[in-house]
Formats: sequence, structure tokens, C-alpha cells
Amino acid sequence: MTSFGSHPDRTGRDMFAEAGLAALEDAGVPAADVDELFYGNFVGTLSEGQGHQGPLMAEALGTTAPSRRIESACASSGVAVRDAVRAIRSGEADVVVAGGMERMTNMGTAGATKGLAGAADDLYEVRSGVTFPGAYALMARAYFDEYGGSHEDLAHIAVKNHDNALVNDHAHLQQEITVEEALGAPEIASPFTLYDSCPISDGASALVLTSPEYADEHDLEANVAITGAGHGGDTMALHDRQSLSKTPATRDAAEEAYDDAGVDPSDIAIAEVHDCFTIAEVLALEALGLYSHGEAIGAARRGETRRDGELPVNLSGGLKAKGHPVGATGAAQVAAIATLLDGTHPRADAVDDDATVGVAQNAGGTVASATVHVLEVME
Amino acid sequence: MTDVTNGEYDAFLDALAEGEGYYLVCENDHGLLPPRRACPHCGDRDLTERDLPASGEIVTHTTVFVPTPQFEDDAPYVTAVVDFDGVRLTGVVRGIDQADVEIGDRVTATVESNETTDEQTIVFRPAE
Repeated sequence: MTSFGSHPDRTGRDMFAEAGLAALEDAGVPAADVDELFYGNFVGTLSEGQGHQGPLMAEALGTTAPSRRIESACASSGVAVRDAVRAIRSGEADVVVAGGMERMTNMGTAGATKGLAGAADDLYEVRSGVTFPGAYALMARAYFDEYGGSHEDLAHIAVKNHDNALVNDHAHLQQEITVEEALGAPEIASPFTLYDSCPISDGASALVLTSPEYADEHDLEANVAITGAGHGGDTMALHDRQSLSKTPATRDAAEEAYDDAGVDPSDIAIAEVHDCFTIAEVLALEALGLYSHGEAIGAARRGETRRDGELPVNLSGGLKAKGHPVGATGAAQVAAIATLLDGTHPRADAVDDDATVGVAQNAGGTVASATVHVLEVME
Repeated sequence: MTDVTNGEYDAFLDALAEGEGYYLVCENDHGLLPPRRACPHCGDRDLTERDLPASGEIVTHTTVFVPTPQFEDDAPYVTAVVDFDGVRLTGVVRGIDQADVEIGDRVTATVESNETTDEQTIVFRPAE
């Protein structure tokens, strides 16, 4: 992946080239062997006026292999990875690149806020004043009402994820914050302040995925495999859902991925979850079955999800501090789990030596789309 | 562009503005907003119109300080989801001090102009 951050003057094609070429080199796979590209991107037609980005990004990798741009809002590259896994499993492809790119800071805060709001229902939500932080704020308030919890609980999540990113040189924000600073930051959408929200970031990520047969034949060093994949859906608008404090799309994706991999939540040692806003980490941990409903709100405050806790969550810094170049996020989460399990991530020292299973959860909109991938260390 | 409408959405707003709000309901009692040809919860296509109750209850709300450009002059404003006993609507809350908006408040739904763009917006005001 590229460094995530503010790169308003970098073209999307150059960022994706940097991430994709590095991934191919790291995997030891030539561009000529790539059968297909699964590329995630959300607002490229707005930010760069560029449609039909699939072939453009394949070219950037040195190939004219067939490609497609997948748009599922913030879950765009999670869905790209999911579909790439399917392509390999179907036997139709041996080598695929799955990743994504987003260029957003060139749009300015107002432009990016408008672009991101496109992940909600334009007619019945955006025209009623819903912003993206506002939508998650609506969920946070509903969660507090149903289960309890406070803004201070959420602040502990932000502090934890900022702390995790301090050693991650690819992270957008390498800045230590305190609970007091988080609570006292400018308000965005009550109960959220600035530090409940991920930054607006630019960046790209890419994974090279191969069939086990290709990896064997070419003696690739593949120590970690995606063993489970799942994809869930829900209604676009929050008001059409039965509960505003639960995210069944993640639950469904998790059940599918766990069944696929043959694992239980209790097997999972580390998780990268979609914390675009602090409450989203809570909703994800509960939908993933790692916590009961109403319990994950206090997990960071109690220390359980910190890097010295029982279940380290978002060791990369999460979207909160690593950054959230929307279309690049899902694949970057999978890359984080792979390198954490492989021992090559800067926070790998926080992963127990006997840890073999990690999970990555990516969400689109207010979780109208969700993907879950289970990764395991290969014997 | 100005003459172009969003079909049933605009028709719904016009009805709401006249105090004749309605919603759609499927055979399994799932409440929906137009246009719908099928229920997303159960797939049922036999949707019928029902009158929107006169008032509903706020189930969640937020005060938005960083708006999209189309609400620039409105911010800060309160957006809420309101349960009308069968269907839920999202809109902007007016007529209650922002700090005093609470879950459980009873409100009515109407349509008023957005301050920034003059666009028609679903608005909730305190029920009598």
C-alpha cells in the first residue's frame, strides 16, 4: 500500500501503481501472470472526473488484463477482495490483483463531505440533512439509548487506535491523543467530536492473490491465506432498519466467513474492523460475535482491545488513525492482518506467537454493505 | 434542470406539505417510503397506501456542525429519525431548542425550505 495521508497532487493512477507494483514485487509475481484486476473505488468520477478506472489501473500495473471497478462505498475493496477470492475458487483465475484507491483531499472538506454522503440515501437521508458522520452519530445515540455507554467510552477507542498508529509509517495520523483532548475537540455531529471521525485520506492498496496451486508451482512465500470470505447486505437508509444499534450485514458476512473457514469467534486472535467513526468499532465487534450486544462499548476503556489486551483490535491504527482512503480501505485491512500474522507489520510484536487466525471487517455506508475475511497462518 | 422532479419522492413531499402524508405497507406490515415496487424485507409486491399518523416519536437525533454544501447555512441543525408507528422518517427538527431535543419527543412531519438552497426538506416540529 501507499502511505495513507493528504496527497491532493498525486493522481489516482500513480497511487495505485505504487501500491500494486509493490504488491507484485513483494509476491514475486510478474504482471504478465495477472489474470484479472478487482479494483475498488468510490468517488473517482467526482474527484478526478474519471470513469472506467479498471483498465486505467490495470495499465498502471503493466498489464491489459481484464478488470473492473467495484463501487460499494467504503466497502469497495472489501468487495473486490471477496470477488477476487471467488474468481480464484471458481477455477477461472490463478492470479488476481485486488485492491483500491481513493483520491479525496483534492475535493476539499465540503466536497469530500458531499461525496461521502453519497453512501447514504440521497432522497430520504441526505436531503434531510444526514451527513456521513451524522448517520453514525444517529446510530451512536440509538446505541447509548438501548445499551448505555458514553462519549467517553468512544474516546477510549480513538485514543487506542491513535496509539497503535504511532509506529505505522503508512498511517495518516501519527499523533498521540488523550481522552480529554478527544472529548474537548470541535463538535462534528453530536455526540461526535473531531476525534471520533477518521480523517479524509488519499491512498491506494493492493493484494496479489493466487490459487494454492500457483503458489506451489512458483515456490511463492505465502505464509498466510484467506480461508474464509463473506458478504452481507442491508437497506440503504437507517430508518428502514429494524434496529439502529445493530449491523446485521456484518453479522451475516461474519457467519458466512466463519463457516467458510471453519472457525469460531473464539479462535480469532486479532481483528481489523471498520472504525470510520468510533461507534463503528463497537458495532463491528458485536456483529462479528466477538462481544455480546451492549458489551463492546467498554472494551477499549477496559483495555481488552488495546494491543496488550486479550483481543487487539485495529493494531494498524484503524481507519481512525491509519486513515480512510475509502476505496483502498478493505484491501488495506486484509494486508494489515496478513502482515500482522506473518510478523512483518510494525505492530506484529503485539500479536501472540501462537496466534493463527485474524479477521478483517469492511463496511459500506452505514453498513448496508459489509465484507468479512478470515485469514489464517498456513502450516 | 429546474423542471425535473424525482417522481414519487416529490409527490410524497407535496402530500406531506398538504398534511396528507402517506406511506406504503406490504402484506407483512413493513412500512416503506415511495417509490417502492417490492418490500426489501420480505420481497412482497402487494403494497398498499396508508395515512401517515399525525405525530411520531424521535428515536434518535444528532446536531450536525459540519454539513454538506447543501446545508451550509443551516448548520448547526438537528437531524432525527422519527417513528410514526409503522414507518420511520428522517428529517430536520425545528421549533425545539437544539440542546433540548430528546429521544421520545413527539413531533409532526411537514415540508419546509432548506435555508441554504431553498430545497424542500422534511421537517419535524413539536406536536401540540
